[in-house]
Amino acid sequence: MSQLNLRSKRTWLALALIAVIATTLITAFAWTAGWIGQRKTTENLVTEAVQPFPAGFRRAHGKGICYVGNFRPNKDIMSLSTARVFSQPNIPIIGRFSIGTGDPHAVDSSTKTISMALLLTTDDKQQWRMAMNNVPYFPTHNPEGFLAMRKATAPDPATGKPDPERVARFLQEYPEAEKFLKMTAAATPPDSFASATFYSVNTFLLVSENGKKQPIRWMMRPHEAQLPLAETKQQQSTDNFLFDDLRHTLEEQPLMWDLVLQLAQPNDPTNDPSQPWPQDRQQIIAGTLQVTSVIDQAKGACRDINFDPSIVPAGIEVSDDPILSARSGAYSHSFNRREREIGYGKATDAVGK
Amino acid sequence: MNNQENTPITTHNHFNLTARILHWLMAVMILAMLFIGVGMMSSLHYRLWLINLHRPLGIAILLLVIVRLINRLRNPPPPLPASLPQWQVLAAKGSHILLYLLMFALPLIGWVMLSAAGYPIVLFKGFNLPAIAPTSPVLYAWLRDAHSILAWLLFVVVIGHLSAALMHALIYRDGVFSSMAKGSNQQE
Repeated sequence: MSQLNLRSKRTWLALALIAVIATTLITAFAWTAGWIGQRKTTENLVTEAVQPFPAGFRRAHGKGICYVGNFRPNKDIMSLSTARVFSQPNIPIIGRFSIGTGDPHAVDSSTKTISMALLLTTDDKQQWRMAMNNVPYFPTHNPEGFLAMRKATAPDPATGKPDPERVARFLQEYPEAEKFLKMTAAATPPDSFASATFYSVNTFLLVSENGKKQPIRWMMRPHEAQLPLAETKQQQSTDNFLFDDLRHTLEEQPLMWDLVLQLAQPNDPTNDPSQPWPQDRQQIIAGTLQVTSVIDQAKGACRDINFDPSIVPAGIEVSDDPILSARSGAYSHSFNRREREIGYGKATDAVGK
Repeated sequence: MNNQENTPITTHNHFNLTARILHWLMAVMILAMLFIGVGMMSSLHYRLWLINLHRPLGIAILLLVIVRLINRLRNPPPPLPASLPQWQVLAAKGSHILLYLLMFALPLIGWVMLSAAGYPIVLFKGFNLPAIAPTSPVLYAWLRDAHSILAWLLFVVVIGHLSAALMHALIYRDGVFSSMAKGSNQQE
């Protein structure tokens, strides 16, 4: 019986049907994986600014330094969130300071964007990961807009500058990005990590004991004041002035930031990180971050940590902010690529070899 | 005919009810899981939603495959038809062993891999699984690649298994498909 009767029309019809089912499934799988079709994927968010890309480094914000310290919460926040981070008196932290360039060997003056990432692990084994820049909001309302902006603002090979027509076309589609481009163009370069404010541009939800959800955004507000301009100018002559400054300061004293929560009102947008909430929204200091020392990132624990901001502890939830999901995917690809290089022994200066 | 009545145990033609329920339930779960897996690594918008499904669904598959293997060992499957050529018997047995291996390996590798990366292994909000390996870039790199490669292999084997099952259902009509699709009229 288990022989194919190739003279039967029925056999051929059945074989055709089976081929159609198998091909449909394979095509759907390949499309979902992003191997076929024009669908934009999180892989598109990850670019490698230098070729060949140095093995073992982060694809974005590759130049950085690890730090350790602690976080002491303000216990008043316990009424808004059940997260252990707001009740455990002293939480050890691991983090990373970095600059916003694609080249892990860039000079510190090559960008105005600087970042702070951190991982808080509480005694109930819950984790809170953050990745923040010194920029108070995101350029576009969705990840497609971010991809479009990168394309539109890329330097034209002929002039070395972005093509104004392409920028104008981009702004027609994503008008919200105009204020971001103006703000970043006018921004003064940071003079130190210690005096910078770092923002979680995405919205999260605090969940209280009775299940009430409060949308929040936050910033890390420094205790340290800006340096006088003259002193800054002198420092900026060296390639690593931001990291050198951080190292020297920490040899003398720890650095502190307040975790400042901004509480949304009912109609504030939670799904659009390009829209800052009004300045008069209630702000609460949720705790104080103390950075005590730094370790070279080739040897520090931060090297092998993916500071994916969607990883939040019980008592805090992600919102419907679409950038958060896209960031999580992009960070994961970057993490997988560099851990692959490190794990397979291909990394050199990224691991201090 | 008389022979059959005397030895009912050796002539069962159908998987038992537990096996059939587990098979079809897991068929849906595994196919969904494969799509969720590649989808969460590509989707610009649905990653968080998909990854929150991926972990509990993986653990559910791991638990169900344990139950399924115990059931299979206690209730051997019906014999394949004698008319089946030897190479098809080998292909059937080989692919079934491979399917079982992959159903065990993929969730376990996923769990060890997340442990090696230092990620919290959130099963559902507020409940994390413990790490079952030390954090290590070497371990993570190897297991992360293994997780992908074995998932693609599972997809290929699932497509082959489905196609072969449809061949039995639509062309050979030798009872192989119905042994998993329905119970025996007389016995159950």
